[in-house]
Amino acid sequence: MELLVASAIGILTAVGLYLTLRLRTFPVILGISMLTYAVNVFLFASGRLTIGSPPILRDGVASYTDPLPQALVLTAIVISFGMTAVVVMIGLGAYLGSDDDHVDDLAAPSDPRGEDAT
Amino acid sequence: MSLFLVVALPFLGALLPGLMNSAGRQACAGVTFTVTLAALIGLLTNVPAVMSGELVTARVDWLPLLGLNVTLMLDGLGLFFAGLILGIGLLIIAYARFYLAREDNMGEFFTYLLLFQGAMVGIVLSDNILLLLVFWELTSLSSFLLIGYWKHLPEGRQGARMALAVTGMGGLAMIGGMLLLGQIAGSYDLSVILQNRALIQASPLYVPALILILLGCFTKSAQFPFHFWLPHAMAAPTPVSAYLHSATMVKAGIFLMARMWPVLSGTPEWFVIVTTAGLTTMVLGAVIALFKHDLKALLAFSTVSHLGLITMLLGTGTAFGAMAAVFHILNHATFKAALFMSAGIIDHEAHTRDIRRLGGLRHLMPITFGIATLAALSMAGIPLLNGFLSKEMMLEEATHTVLFNTPWLVPALATFGSLFSAAYSFRLIGHVFLGPVRSDYPAKPHDPGAGLWLPPALLVVPVVVIGVAPFLAEPLVKMVTAAVLGGAAEMPKAYLKIWHGLVPALYLSMIAIGGGIALLAIFGPALKLWENTRRPEAKTIFDAVIDSAVALSRRVVHGAHNGAFTRYALIMAITVLAAGYHAWTTGSVGAATRAMQPAGPVPIAGWLMLTAASIGLVIFHRNRLLSLILIGIVGLMVSVGFVFLSAPDLAMTQITVEVVTIILLLLALNFLPKRTPIESTVLRRTRDAAVALAGGLAAMALSFHYLLRESVTTPISGFHLANSYKGGGGTNVVNVILVDFRGFDTYGEIIVLGIAALLIYALTETLLSGPVRARLLNRLPDQPHAGDMHPMMMVVLTRVIMPVVLMVGFYIFLRGHNEPGGGFIAGLVVSIAVVMQYMASGFTWASARLRYPYHGVIGTGVLVAGLTGIGSWFAGKPFLTSYFEYVRIPPFEKFELATAMAFDLGVFLTVVGAVMLSLESFSRLARRSDMEPSEHPMDIDPSRDDRSTAKGGA
Repeated sequence: MELLVASAIGILTAVGLYLTLRLRTFPVILGISMLTYAVNVFLFASGRLTIGSPPILRDGVASYTDPLPQALVLTAIVISFGMTAVVVMIGLGAYLGSDDDHVDDLAAPSDPRGEDAT
Repeated sequence: MSLFLVVALPFLGALLPGLMNSAGRQACAGVTFTVTLAALIGLLTNVPAVMSGELVTARVDWLPLLGLNVTLMLDGLGLFFAGLILGIGLLIIAYARFYLAREDNMGEFFTYLLLFQGAMVGIVLSDNILLLLVFWELTSLSSFLLIGYWKHLPEGRQGARMALAVTGMGGLAMIGGMLLLGQIAGSYDLSVILQNRALIQASPLYVPALILILLGCFTKSAQFPFHFWLPHAMAAPTPVSAYLHSATMVKAGIFLMARMWPVLSGTPEWFVIVTTAGLTTMVLGAVIALFKHDLKALLAFSTVSHLGLITMLLGTGTAFGAMAAVFHILNHATFKAALFMSAGIIDHEAHTRDIRRLGGLRHLMPITFGIATLAALSMAGIPLLNGFLSKEMMLEEATHTVLFNTPWLVPALATFGSLFSAAYSFRLIGHVFLGPVRSDYPAKPHDPGAGLWLPPALLVVPVVVIGVAPFLAEPLVKMVTAAVLGGAAEMPKAYLKIWHGLVPALYLSMIAIGGGIALLAIFGPALKLWENTRRPEAKTIFDAVIDSAVALSRRVVHGAHNGAFTRYALIMAITVLAAGYHAWTTGSVGAATRAMQPAGPVPIAGWLMLTAASIGLVIFHRNRLLSLILIGIVGLMVSVGFVFLSAPDLAMTQITVEVVTIILLLLALNFLPKRTPIESTVLRRTRDAAVALAGGLAAMALSFHYLLRESVTTPISGFHLANSYKGGGGTNVVNVILVDFRGFDTYGEIIVLGIAALLIYALTETLLSGPVRARLLNRLPDQPHAGDMHPMMMVVLTRVIMPVVLMVGFYIFLRGHNEPGGGFIAGLVVSIAVVMQYMASGFTWASARLRYPYHGVIGTGVLVAGLTGIGSWFAGKPFLTSYFEYVRIPPFEKFELATAMAFDLGVFLTVVGAVMLSLESFSRLARRSDMEPSEHPMDIDPSRDDRSTAKGGA
């Protein structure tokens, strides 16, 4: 079981990394989502794996899985939705504005906007 | 009045002028004046206590662990400076009321002025050096705003920037120095530090601390080699120059040297650094001042020179020197502020400050002439005026000071400086007011109204009174001197009087005045000589230094930050991997303490699906629609995994988030190309694959090792499990953690979520108001449309299940405290129900039925959660302490009511609002000109269509 979860984390990370290194916005966004899965599962796994004992208190049950990582990951999932949405919006805005969905902006250094006015 | 109030009044008052702006200039200045007057009166109520030798203090702990507390104290020195700041402040406010032109924004000006005033009072009353630093930086910032007040003048902007750069840098140095000092003394309280002279001076850190603190003082008080910013700051309106750059801010460095005098002075390092800097500044400033043609520049360099004089006196380290310094601070503040205001009057009336274009003004402006002449003569050191007294004390002190083993050096330089000082004072009188009346003034000069001349006239009164009857100032000077000395030195037995007998200082004074007159007589040739000498221009050097710093940072930044996102990502990935490798090779791993659990067929099947989908994602990622489906499978498998591994709440959250994320990505994909072209080379792809594989292996190895070992310390979850029901009243521990134990975290997180949604909304607005709008409207579909935009089946179905889904959401919300569920999940479920209406019936139809804007929903959610938290204050508990009670309303079962539920309601509302606002923003982009917005939910409606055909037939 542990090996399955660990290797799943590894696969998610590898795919996430590979896609993050692509040149267009859409695969990069998917890559970030994959990395989010990996991180969330990893955080969740820090409570160690327990099967069949959810942290819902019941009379007569003494052992439960660790609830704290679950609470942390729950908010992380919701926040990562917000983050994905913002990243998608930024990528979309960039594409609609310039008709180009490359993530690299290699023209930036010669941009003189950094100069000050006075 | 409490010291807190004295310091807080200007800050609170700073809100008023801006508000009063529309009420007129009179009201604006009036409210500023009243605030300052109130603070001054508040300060004066403490005078009796200070006079009787008491130390007035006020204390509130702010960050006690850092040693940063709001502690204020008022002794003689603080009282003296605070009195100067507020007293001269009153005159400046009155003067500024008449000085500023009609088109100047007066509210803005007075707001900055009060901010500055508050910061300044804060500096002189702080008992905690960290607090002092805060106020110190505030003066730098507010003076930046004041110097640059006339934003349309490039000199103003440049001067403001230079002042900020120099004083800001000094401030940074001083932070270091103060921290060192606090470390040595073991406390950041001045009252403690001042008692530890021996300890501090014996410390090896004394010299670094001293140098850093002096850097702060020297930059602030414009001491050589940092003197150059002050003249450039003169681009500020004259009231600012008179207030900041003669009477108060530039004295902050002096104040600090005086404040620290008992612990820092008396060592050879202090003596050499401070005396040399002061002496150099004094001579240099005086010489440059003589040859300046701009009245304010002349006064600026003269201020530099006088500040040097005071610094030099403090540097000698003797009690007499300290007393002379205190006396000269008082005298200089009076005559120099009066002179600045006179210069402002001349500028205001004659429309020029160039001395070469002035002259003969004594007939045209007799009142100004009288004021300026008295003040300038005092500056020159003419007897019966206060400048004479302190200058003679300075010369007296100079004759006793031996620097670099050369007994004549200090007296000679001091006399030399005084000589130039006398010369420029005489030049100011002679070249501006005396001489024949000219006919070519830019404007016809005449005396201004009383509003402008009364403030400087009031300042000239002490100039004359102290000059004639110095014993009147003696109690004040002695009291302040005693405060400066602390316990470090005996009070000098000297008295303030005009005639000390035929002492060397008198002869030096006579040489200075005589020499000054002689120098002015040969001013023409001297000026030629001066103009023909090459000398380094401080501004050029400063600009070159700044330019090279900017160029350097630009090279570094652009070298590292070239806009290639993939490169950053690669560098980051490799760095993390390298760090992990380092940890792996240098650290040690204990033996496995947990046994592996057996994996049945179900987990293996799930794992296979996840792996297949992930690998498929890599292979097919160029087909964007397919990759969306594949990532959906991954998300689904993760949710199933959560169910399997005892995390029902997580599973429910993950699966609902999955739905909205996929909808969101689909909406985005509507505008993006549907395929990713092949661009990267095989080499590049191999490189990326290698990095990805290494990263994946590392993550796998890390998790595997992690999962087979117990945690290092006992997890705190035991506490949560034990107290969830007892303390939080719920059996779903995850939910209780979210809304109760770690409610504050959750509160922060829903705020972040709300901000993210608002950000998306704002980005959409920007897009739709720009050139993109036209392109979006005229976009041609790149794929064939479905014939039926709003399929009837789907419309009917979503309409029918809407109430069902809402009820499910409500149920999940209610059971959340005890069973899997809660605000987050319920919010997501309800969002999905609403999104389905948008999808089925169209944007126009759905948004026409929207009764509450989503912004409002987000705001209400955050507000409800916040108010729930605040509610516990009324019960005397900390923020977000929850309370619950079991109630029974027949015929229902007994049920629980908890305040946590109200908090969860806030979470619910925020989630709904945030999700809907994001998705709605995206779908607003989708509106096109070739699609008629339909008010009908369905494209095909038999009843409607029949009627129209019937009508057409009839």
